[in-house]
Amino acid sequence: MDDAKLNAIVEAIVRELKASGAVQPSAPTAGSATWTPPAPQPFSAKPTGFGGSLTIDLPDPTTPEARMTPRVTNAKDPNGVRALMASTSARIGVGRAGPRYRTVSLLLFQGDHAVTQDALYRDVDQRLLDEFNLFTVQTKVSNKQEYLLRPDLGRLLNDEAKRTLNEKCQKNVNVQVVVGDGLSAAAVEANLRQMFPVVRQGVQSAGLTFGTPFFVKYARVGVMNDIGEAIKPDVVILLIGERPGLGRAESMSAYMGYKPKYGDTDADRDVVCNIFENGGTNPLEAGAFVVQIAQKMRQHQASGVKLKMAK
Amino acid sequence: MLLRTKLHGKTYEFPDIRLLMGKANEEKSGDHLAGVGAETAAERVAARLVLAEVPLSVLRETPAVPYDQDEVTRVIQDAVDESIYAEIKNMTVGDFREWILADTTTPDMIRRISNGLTAEMVAGVTKLMSNMDLMYAAKKIPVTAHCNNTIGAPGTLSSRLQPNHPTDAPEGIRAEIYEGLSYGSGDSVIGINPVDDSYGSVSRLLDMTYDVIKTWNIPTQNCVLAHVTTQMKCMQSGSPVGLVFQSISGSQKGNESFGISVGMLDEAYELAKKHCFPKGPNFMYFETGQGSALSAEAHNGWDQLTLEARNYGLAKRYHPFQVNTVVGFIGPEYLYDARQIQRAGLEDHFMGKLTGIPMGVDACYTNHARADQNAIENLAVMLTAAGCNYFMGVPMGDDSMLSYQCTSYHDAPTLRQLFKLRPAAEFEKWMEDLGLIRNGVLTEKAGDPSFFLKR
Repeated sequence: MDDAKLNAIVEAIVRELKASGAVQPSAPTAGSATWTPPAPQPFSAKPTGFGGSLTIDLPDPTTPEARMTPRVTNAKDPNGVRALMASTSARIGVGRAGPRYRTVSLLLFQGDHAVTQDALYRDVDQRLLDEFNLFTVQTKVSNKQEYLLRPDLGRLLNDEAKRTLNEKCQKNVNVQVVVGDGLSAAAVEANLRQMFPVVRQGVQSAGLTFGTPFFVKYARVGVMNDIGEAIKPDVVILLIGERPGLGRAESMSAYMGYKPKYGDTDADRDVVCNIFENGGTNPLEAGAFVVQIAQKMRQHQASGVKLKMAK
Repeated sequence: MLLRTKLHGKTYEFPDIRLLMGKANEEKSGDHLAGVGAETAAERVAARLVLAEVPLSVLRETPAVPYDQDEVTRVIQDAVDESIYAEIKNMTVGDFREWILADTTTPDMIRRISNGLTAEMVAGVTKLMSNMDLMYAAKKIPVTAHCNNTIGAPGTLSSRLQPNHPTDAPEGIRAEIYEGLSYGSGDSVIGINPVDDSYGSVSRLLDMTYDVIKTWNIPTQNCVLAHVTTQMKCMQSGSPVGLVFQSISGSQKGNESFGISVGMLDEAYELAKKHCFPKGPNFMYFETGQGSALSAEAHNGWDQLTLEARNYGLAKRYHPFQVNTVVGFIGPEYLYDARQIQRAGLEDHFMGKLTGIPMGVDACYTNHARADQNAIENLAVMLTAAGCNYFMGVPMGDDSMLSYQCTSYHDAPTLRQLFKLRPAAEFEKWMEDLGLIRNGVLTEKAGDPSFFLKR
């Protein structure tokens, strides 16, 4: 799709949503304003009596500026180190203590891993689900450990879920949106408020029916097949948390399929991945994009590889 | 066939070799996923008691996939030196374990016997080894190879410089190469996992890495780990290729899921011998990992350890410069936690060495596995004690493209200094000439990527 067209769609939808008060504009983010690193301080062991006067009040080491601080001591070309660091998001220019990492770099790595772990092992905030009136159904998985060990069970709705969908959901709709926890609760929490209203508004503006949305706990992408069989929608859009990268737990994907059914695989699906603000696919844009894909799927009555062949 | 034992008064019987092999494994989530794992701890040991009495000939005659259905099986079976096999075929798996460990068994004796083994025999004896057995036995079998330099020589530990970048930007990759070289990473290979598998992008990265190697006269080789067909096109079009890479699987069906075949690898190997710029004679690089066949449903009902051993049998056909398992990359449904990843890393390294290939390990984990950096540092120490040829060198162990964590640029010099090891000899001399290392220890100039900004 060409960018101009996409931007126009996004802007139109966002305008409508803002007018209706459905989304708040996101706060402006710190730009790449010039930033000067502090001069290195020589170590001096001043014999201060700390006593009760010790105050430690640290800035966040995870800001882009802090991450880009060169840690090489006595570099041959300090500006060169800075330039090299600017060329990649990899952790270079970190210096060393003997052959090991410097303390700040070590702790930053551990902090990034920690936030990732926390995202994996907790549930999506119920208040967020309530905000969008998403009721919860569950796959055949019964706990987090089983979720990680048995991807096959995460692809199947449990019997109660099938009954619930049968009772509560409108059938044979044009577009069915489903939210799944996947491997990151944080991803759903970071993006749903922005993306969900855009998708709903976009579907309705296009004159399509919007199925009763719901949340699937312990979901894998393949659960789309069971949902397709239960509700018989034209298109299923599954918004699901991705496997977290180090220090990046907020990345969400939108998996989509045309009339998903038993036996469908990734080859039958389309995906918009890396959805997150500041660096990824912006969730507002992603919302408009998936609506357009849904329309294409309906037009060509196909998704995945078949949709590519049809175009 | 009767496969039965008593243990603590209870009788355990196993219907066939396939299930006996599965249940004899240390616990792995992937074996449960495949439905071949032991149901109790006692059943696991009972399976080992029985396996220890199985003659090696029975394992030869029970390949994981039948000979007439699978070209990997044919490659392995056809390569067996029949006269050597005749010497060992009546040995039981338990006796074979003791023979490998015995003080009277020399490295040369083991390397010779390697040529009479099939993957199922290699896997069988591995199941009877404790972790320290695996380290001790592997240490007895150094396997060296030569391209522009020598890898795997006793007293050395090498590091693959892995300067991956989320968009393949050449200047970002070059910056990571400079950082890695300044720590002494790169003596195994400067090897990039590309995002973009196209000929244009891959050939550009080959040119850039070759340029760095020539500018600084580095005794190493480059590799862009694209699909083998892309690398073949690069070689035929005159790109400077150091090593030719491919991921492989333990069955024909698994290889088909990677889009490769034995015939294709044969062709790549012939091209490598003709076109690769280093001296050689070893030009090939393979990656493997327990669970890859299972994830493609190409395991034919067998356990992931046995399928992994078959990778090494296939790799041996191509006299590789280096082979590594990417243990832990596949995720918790195959290797659940640090304990399972560590076990699999030790198993894979030992199996590679017993098969007779120059084996390294990508000691790693994904963020949804129950593991952390400490676990991977532990594994690297254990594998260094076991004589592992090389590890990965990634900026602080955090791969900015593949979203997993492994060993770092810093880990190579640390492990070398801990174990009194050196980089590959030619590479160490190069570092000494530049003043980056002295007596095996990094100098004050090391660890500074800007060192390489100006020749």
